[in-house]
Formats: sequence, C-alpha cells, structure tokens
Amino acid sequence: MIAHSIFFYFFSVIAIFSSLMVITSRSTINSVFFLILDFISVGCLFIMVGAEFLGMILLIVYVGAVAVLFLFVVMMLNVAEQKQSWFIGKKSTHIPTGLIVSVLILLELLVVVGGWKYKENVMTSSTLTISNISNTHQLGLVLYTDYILYFQLAGIILLLAMIGAILLTFRERAGVKKQSYINQISRNPSTAIELLEVKSNQGVKIDD
Amino acid sequence: MIEYIQILGQEVYKIIFLLIPILVSVAMIVWLDRRVWGLVQKRRGPNVVGPFGLFQTLADALKYIFKEVIIPASANKVVFILAPIVTMTLALVAWAVIPMSESLVLADINVGILYLFAVSSLGVYGIIMGGWASNSKYPFLGAIRSAAQMVSYEVSIGIIIINVLLCVGSLNLNDIVVAQKDLWYVIPLFPMFVIFFISALAETNRPPFDLPEAEAELVAGYQTEYSGMMYAMFWLGEYANILLMCAMASILFLGGWLPIIDIYPLNIIPAPIWMISKILFLFLLFALIKAIVPRYRYDQLMRLGWKIFLPFSLIYLVLTASFLFYFDKLPKVNI
Repeated sequence: MIAHSIFFYFFSVIAIFSSLMVITSRSTINSVFFLILDFISVGCLFIMVGAEFLGMILLIVYVGAVAVLFLFVVMMLNVAEQKQSWFIGKKSTHIPTGLIVSVLILLELLVVVGGWKYKENVMTSSTLTISNISNTHQLGLVLYTDYILYFQLAGIILLLAMIGAILLTFRERAGVKKQSYINQISRNPSTAIELLEVKSNQGVKIDD
Repeated sequence: MIEYIQILGQEVYKIIFLLIPILVSVAMIVWLDRRVWGLVQKRRGPNVVGPFGLFQTLADALKYIFKEVIIPASANKVVFILAPIVTMTLALVAWAVIPMSESLVLADINVGILYLFAVSSLGVYGIIMGGWASNSKYPFLGAIRSAAQMVSYEVSIGIIIINVLLCVGSLNLNDIVVAQKDLWYVIPLFPMFVIFFISALAETNRPPFDLPEAEAELVAGYQTEYSGMMYAMFWLGEYANILLMCAMASILFLGGWLPIIDIYPLNIIPAPIWMISKILFLFLLFALIKAIVPRYRYDQLMRLGWKIFLPFSLIYLVLTASFLFYFDKLPKVNI
C-alpha cells in the first residue's frame, strides 16, 4: 500500500501543480504544455484506480488529438497580444464571464459531491459492480445495451458539431484552380502537348 | 520496504535488458535500410566500417556524440532540448508491452493495444516541439505538416485496430496473438493490412510520405536547427518508431510470435525468432518502398488519408462486424 500511496501523491501533486501553472503561466505555449502534463497525470491516476480503459482513452483523445489542435492554434495565432489587450483595455468582458462559469461549476460540484457524501444511494448504480472481468468488458456490456440510446445520441451530436464546423469554415472562392487526379494521372504525350501556329503580334489564348 | 527495493531492482534489470537489444537493433536496422537502399540503386551502400559495414551506425553515433550541440540564440531553449528527448523516450517506452513470446514481455497489461496506440499518437509532440522551439520558418512548416499528417493517419489506424479487436474480443496483445493460432488475420483482413502498412509509413514520416522533412522544399523540416547528439536522438527515435510499427503490424496481422504452421520442424524454432523475423520482413518492405516510390504531394497525402483510407476502413469495419454477427463467430465473453 505504501508504494500505491507514494505514486498517488506523486501524480496528484503533479496534476494540481500543472493545472495551477496552466492558468498562471505567462506564455500561452507553456500553458498548453502544462495542460498536456495535467492530462497525462490525470490519466495515470485513472489507471491507478483500475480504470485503465478510461486512462488510455484520455491519453489518446485528449493528449493525442485535442491538445495537438490546441497547440496548433496557440502557435498560429498570436495569443500573447490578445491576452495583453484583455488586461489593458478597461472594460474586459472575459473576466466576469469566466467568473460566472467557474462559480456555476463550483456549485454543481458542491451539489454532486455533497449528495454523494451524505445520501448514500443517490449515486449507486446497479451496473458498475466490481468483478473480475476487466473494465473494458464492463463498459462494453453496459454501453451498447442499457445506454445504447445515449451513446447514439452523443454520436449524432458530435457528428452535427463536425458538420457545423465544416460548414462555417467552408467557402467557395473565385479563381481557385481545382486539380483533378484522374486527368493528371491519365495524361500522355499525345494529349498533353499541343502544337499551335503562333502568328506574329497576336499570341495564343490558353483556355485554362 | 526492502521488498519494494528488490522489486524495483528486478524491474530495472529487466528494462535494461529490453532497452539494450532495442538500441543495438535500431543501429543495425539503420545499416540494413541504407544497404537495401544502395542495392536497389545499384550502389554498394555502407560497407567500410567493420564486416559488411555493420559498424557504420556506431561510427556515425560516435561522430555525433563528439560534435558540438548548437542551440539557436532565438530558440526556446527548454522546449528545444526537450523535443528530441520526448521523441526518443516515447519511441522506447512503447516497447514495454510488445510480447516476444507468451511469457517474454515486460508488462502484460489488459489494454496493451490501446497503450501502443496512445504512445504512438504522443510521438507527434516531439516533432511539434522541435519545430516550434527552433523559431525558424522551415522547421515550423515541417512541424505543422507532420502534425496534420500524423493526426490524419491515426484515425484510420484506430479503425483498423477496431477491425482486429472485433475478431479477437480482447485488448491484450498476447490474446490478439493467440487468437490467430488457426488463421493469421492477414488473410481475412488483407485490405486492412495493406492500409495499416501504408498508414504506418505516413505515421512514421517515412518515404513516400516524408513531407515533414522533404529536403527539396523544407531543407530538413523540423530537424533543420538540430545538430550533434540531439539530431542523432531524433534519428534513433524515428527508427525505433519504425520498428515499433513493424512489431505492431506483425502482432495485429502476422500472428506475432506464432510459427507459420504448427507442425514439427517449424514449431521447435523459439517464439522470439519468429517475432523478430516477421519484424525484419516488414522492415525490408519499408526499406524497399523508401527506395522505389517517389514522394507524394501534400494534398494527395491528405486526400489519401481522409477520402480513401477512412471511408474504406469504415466500410470494412461494418462488413467484418456483420460477417462475425451473421455467422455467429463473435468472440465469446468469458465472465
């Protein structure tokens, strides 16, 4: 048990420290790196309580894909300048909005954790019982049977979000040449080369 | 307390005996790669240092160690130094779960294949960090290309892994190998094997998908500013990753440490030799492709990943699932 608690405190101290660094660090790139460290240490904590599937999925989805996109955005945009303008401008709307959201989250956490602590049967679930099958199997057994509707709904919502994002960024621009792969591959010398009689002082018109 | 120290000592001993063979085989594999490349182009390749030039990579590594490490003045120094370390560490850490035989594995965990997938998807960080921290145009462009490429091809690799998992019914790597006792998955899932192989090429930035370091356009991509040992670490990490992808392909499709057929003269050959020969076979394919195929254009690369591989592997996933369901071949859950 000693080793278990040593590892638990090790990972949780790193998780808390890095989440503090995410919000206090001056450089935005460093914030994102600390966010990644936070994800990884939370994933390790998941693995320590025996939820190895959740831990690995956290690593794959959040660290492997979402944080890469975060890093992208932060590297491409000059976020440091925007951050400066938030604090220098007199009427900042970001701090009140952030406060409202964080107070709401704190209240929700209080309700959930309080209910869990003082009313035993609020959070009990008949499906998640400890047994000797691995938790990937356990998840599979309930996810596609009891909760199939919620699972499908979540999938449809994500699909809609994706279509919406593509629609928002998609625009037709004039004057853009599209390349057709079939045409490019099926070219041969007889169709690619055209001999023209060029008259003096008139030139040739090329249609594409 | 003494017990813990003993366990720790045993594990460290095991880890060292896993890492040293991997590092040596990475060095050998670089030699093999250059040799194959030379033979295809009717050259001799490295053949001077040691017998058949086998020590060429060691000589190169020695040269890199004694070279000066130059850190650009405008670089972000911490991230710049961290990037090759991240690449190298992630490439080596993944080997912990690769089974060389039924018992010869460092960590036989329940979610082995997810662990491999997670670690290989983290590999992109070394490249992004290196490209960004160099604070220079070519490395940054290389890093952006590489990140987009690796994220795109991971999607189809994930779906191919789900295809195999449907047939196995377990995420444990040893279970995946044992499930192929009668039939290697390369036969029923042959299209998936081909797509996995091509995606592995893209995932490890190998030619014909080596756009992040396309020397004609980007000098050397994300490693332009690196020199000395830090460059060598990128390089070794890359080859360790290639070997890892070969090992993954041989576990998922070629039956891992199983012999071809379970008959007398074949099944007395020890399991690790089967595993190593399968990895080497796949690596030879990697090397031949590097020598033969010209580089892709970037838009063609993206089109191949998203418009061809992703829909095709999704369709094949549905086909596999329906086949298993209708012929009642779904793996039985033993609770």
